Amino acid sequence: MDSAISDRAALQATADNGLKIVVVGGFGVGKTTMVRSVSEIRPLNTEETMTRAGEDVDDLGGVHSKTSTTVAFDFGRITLDARSVLYLFGAPGQERFWFLWDRLFSGTLGAVVLVDTRRLADSWYAIDRLEHHGTPFIVACNDFGGPLHTEQQIREALDLSPDVPLVECDARDRSSSKYVLITLVEHLHALSVARAEGGGASAASLDADQPLAALTPEHNP
Amino acid sequence: MTSAPRPRPGRDDAPDRLYTLTGGRSRSDSDVFDLVTLVVAECDPAPGMQSEHVAILRMCARPTALVEISATLNLPVGIVRIMLCDLLDTGRISARHPRTARVADRLPDTDTLEQVLVGLRNL
Repeated sequence: MDSAISDRAALQATADNGLKIVVVGGFGVGKTTMVRSVSEIRPLNTEETMTRAGEDVDDLGGVHSKTSTTVAFDFGRITLDARSVLYLFGAPGQERFWFLWDRLFSGTLGAVVLVDTRRLADSWYAIDRLEHHGTPFIVACNDFGGPLHTEQQIREALDLSPDVPLVECDARDRSSSKYVLITLVEHLHALSVARAEGGGASAASLDADQPLAALTPEHNP
Repeated sequence: MTSAPRPRPGRDDAPDRLYTLTGGRSRSDSDVFDLVTLVVAECDPAPGMQSEHVAILRMCARPTALVEISATLNLPVGIVRIMLCDLLDTGRISARHPRTARVADRLPDTDTLEQVLVGLRNL
């Protein structure tokens, strides 16, 4: 009767716990591609609007009359078990998006910052905002076949703390995207364990908790 | 400018539709609905119901996340939140909210993360 509805693979009746992971990155960096490669449904798109009265919307001149911010985002879904469903959101990293972060993504497990090594500066703002919001994240470099950079070069360019995992990936490839998500959740787990043990753990000991596989894989095309 | 009753958020192509759906209301309690709150219909659609409510009840015969309802109906998340509040008030749906705390700067518990890891590794 309604094709939009019958297209949708329904969740199990026992599903009762939705979880969120957000993939943040600039335009064309492969967010939707990554969501698609691991999602059990074709990625969907929706939007949220926030009306803000009497505020400076941004630092562009002459736009103070603007009162609403609309942000579109993609998402996909992964059924984890009979009760838990993980939603994967692809979100633009641009400035206006962050006004809606708390409204949309509070309670998110963590974030993947997807970067194109040819345009590393595009990621600075997203990394800054995630740190500001206290959202744990990892960085994944999508392989666009550009010049190879060493991990150290990328870390320096992004001013990345040593305890933030950095991995390479091919967002088109399901197993590669899956590996990125596992790396993020392992990182969250290590952080959670460290905090439960008193929060005194240093970055170095967090690194020691990370399995070697979470470090940048060999990648020499 | 003065003839416009108020700024109406949402899709540019059908602002009147959005206005009608919610009666122009906002609801402060609609924030209880997370993007991934799973909604389950508790009754069948009845004659005379608003068509969007009918669509939601059909869609939610099985648990369905707010964000999927929003995408399928092509309506902004905030509008769907308000409609879900109305349906919840009248007992037509139930809501399964995420168990993960919505608190900034707080990590999920290790049990949850371990479950997620098992699920991801089984993909």
